[in-house]
Amino acid sequence: MVIAIASGKGGTGKTTMAVNVAVTVTRQGRPVQLLDCDVEEPNAHLFLDPRFDEVEEVTVTGPRVDLQRCDGCGECARRCEFGAIVALGGEISVFPELCHSCGGCALACPQRAITEEPRTIGTLEQARVGELAFARGVLNVGEARAVPLIAALKNRADGDALVLLDAPPGTGCPMMAAVRDCHFVCLVTEPTPFGLHDLTMAVDAVRTLHLPLGVVINRADLGDEEVRRFCQQQQIPILMELPCDRRIAEVCSRGRLIVDELPEYQEAFRDLAERIVQEAGRAPAPGGAAPAGLRDRIVEQLRHEA
Amino acid sequence: MKQMTVISGKGGTGKTSLTASFAALAHNAIVADCDVDAPDLALVLAPRVEKQSPFVGGKVARVDAGRCTGCGLCVESCRFEATALHGPPGDAAEHTCAVDPHSCEGCGVCVQLCPVEACRLEPTVTGEWFISQTRFSPLVHAQLGVGQDNSGKLVSCVRQEARALAEREERDLVLCDGPPGIGCPVIASLSGVDLLLIVVEPTVSALHDFERVADLARHFQIPALVCINKHDLNETVAAEIEKRADRLGVERAGRIPYDEAVVGAQLHRRTVVEHTNGPLSAAIRNIWQRIEQRLDLASEHRAP
Amino acid sequence: MKIGVAAMGESLDADVSDQFARCPFFLIVDSQSMGFESFANPAAAMPGGAGPAAVQEIVNRGARVAVAGRLGPKAEQALQAAGLRFVAASGRIRDAVAACGA
Repeated sequence: MVIAIASGKGGTGKTTMAVNVAVTVTRQGRPVQLLDCDVEEPNAHLFLDPRFDEVEEVTVTGPRVDLQRCDGCGECARRCEFGAIVALGGEISVFPELCHSCGGCALACPQRAITEEPRTIGTLEQARVGELAFARGVLNVGEARAVPLIAALKNRADGDALVLLDAPPGTGCPMMAAVRDCHFVCLVTEPTPFGLHDLTMAVDAVRTLHLPLGVVINRADLGDEEVRRFCQQQQIPILMELPCDRRIAEVCSRGRLIVDELPEYQEAFRDLAERIVQEAGRAPAPGGAAPAGLRDRIVEQLRHEA
Repeated sequence: MKQMTVISGKGGTGKTSLTASFAALAHNAIVADCDVDAPDLALVLAPRVEKQSPFVGGKVARVDAGRCTGCGLCVESCRFEATALHGPPGDAAEHTCAVDPHSCEGCGVCVQLCPVEACRLEPTVTGEWFISQTRFSPLVHAQLGVGQDNSGKLVSCVRQEARALAEREERDLVLCDGPPGIGCPVIASLSGVDLLLIVVEPTVSALHDFERVADLARHFQIPALVCINKHDLNETVAAEIEKRADRLGVERAGRIPYDEAVVGAQLHRRTVVEHTNGPLSAAIRNIWQRIEQRLDLASEHRAP
Repeated sequence: MKIGVAAMGESLDADVSDQFARCPFFLIVDSQSMGFESFANPAAAMPGGAGPAAVQEIVNRGARVAVAGRLGPKAEQALQAAGLRFVAASGRIRDAVAACGA
């Protein structure tokens, strides 16, 4: 079972939840695997102090131009939609980080001068932290595309364990790639206008993937009732509420686990783990009336203008 | 006219709340929300939209079912599993290909390969941008659609519109709320700015990120200031960040104490400096003063 | 010598654009005669890779120098690959071109 822990934006406490739940379940004697899918800015390791024993390079394909065969016609540059291959005065130049590995340039070249070769975009690293299996992806600085690395990391998911996936923040391509095909998504939010706004977008995003979801409210006693009201209207279960305890912020700022330094919260995390597994085991939530997504609104407007 | 951007590396540091207060304190500015994935500034600035435009983010392939012969070449060659054959295999007219716009990356390989030219790349609307009025100043903002690539193109659009508006209205400053991270969208929010403010929290994750953000500033040769939000949560890490800032040539702009009034202000849809007058507000005003000094902005007018 | 200037408008009295890759227009100016051609920048419409694409546009029209406010990392790479010089400038295009020297 793969559970994604995500949020509409960064800083809500996603990684905090993921690591504390992972450690809690591990200590209950169940096999758990934590995947840090925030490959652009991985942070989970700061709480776990892992020793990475398996480091593997992840590659994607990129174009290689055989200069003997190339006649500088520039057809490859004309075809590339991403600007990854350009013709600068008859000389072909490749910008590998922009390449989407579609194969279009190789296909287009009349001289068959382009082949595809592997190129490293980042690494996959694995470690055991006590009984907890931990894996993360680290994207090389400058690489524009996190998705292939996230996909490679997800392939390492251990089918026999409870897999907790710390998703990248936001609602863009990397988050969607991480969250798709999971069994359940746990969205972390806070009960403020910013929190609600970002939660709404995250719910929109997850609903396009038809995945069941639940919400964790962080800093729950600081804010208003709008997030709870929203969850009720949307029939989204609230799995846990963590109060705004300054000591929690302080513990996390030092990169320490809540369940270690503030044992009074151990039960809350055990209950959260329990509820996640429970909710994930149910059938997917019925469609429900999701708030009209942005795309719908734009389509509506364009239809109106047509 | 000067331009500045507020960035933070990781999200959730309080960057937007701070930028909102700056919007209240700034004199004769245009505000631009470059965090097009999660444009939260509008939640406290209450914009009245005056202009709304669709944003074409990229292209998506589309198959003309009328021309399609169901040969399936596009399905075989698509690396993103975005095309599929539909309809009963026996029926030539109904057995055609269709593209899933969510998975399509707009590479055009299917367009190249289609033997009957039934496939085309079409521009696709992936977001929208707005020019609005707020109680302080105009706001240029945008919203990228869910699941869309934030390539920086929409950020560039917001920047360009904000700059054009500032010139038309003879404003002194464009104040940008930047996107999180250090990739293309952030780079788009930095180009042409005179000053950067980096907002950090005193956590080990932020310490980790701070160097990368400071590197970005240095690479583009943009002067940078740093301010530590909620500094009293961890004075040790706060001090460490400031030491690193000194080493990296990033000036210390000030520190902001942890204060629940930040949430109170948000709940009332007000900026912090409108909502409260205590040490929190004073800390923010001091930072803004420093920014005005660095930018050499005329400060005869003091915001209430 | 031909100079590729990232431009806010299509005349020599328009301002140099801060941004190179996604500027609205390019002017290819002959530094001797001050004659020029101008065009809307197609790279601005690209979702990504605008830097190298913009360099392609000016290189293929004979520019040996690029002028803008600042350069992104990929545009910089592309200029290097093409062997072009970059001159940072702001203000009127006419003045920036004059300052480039022969």
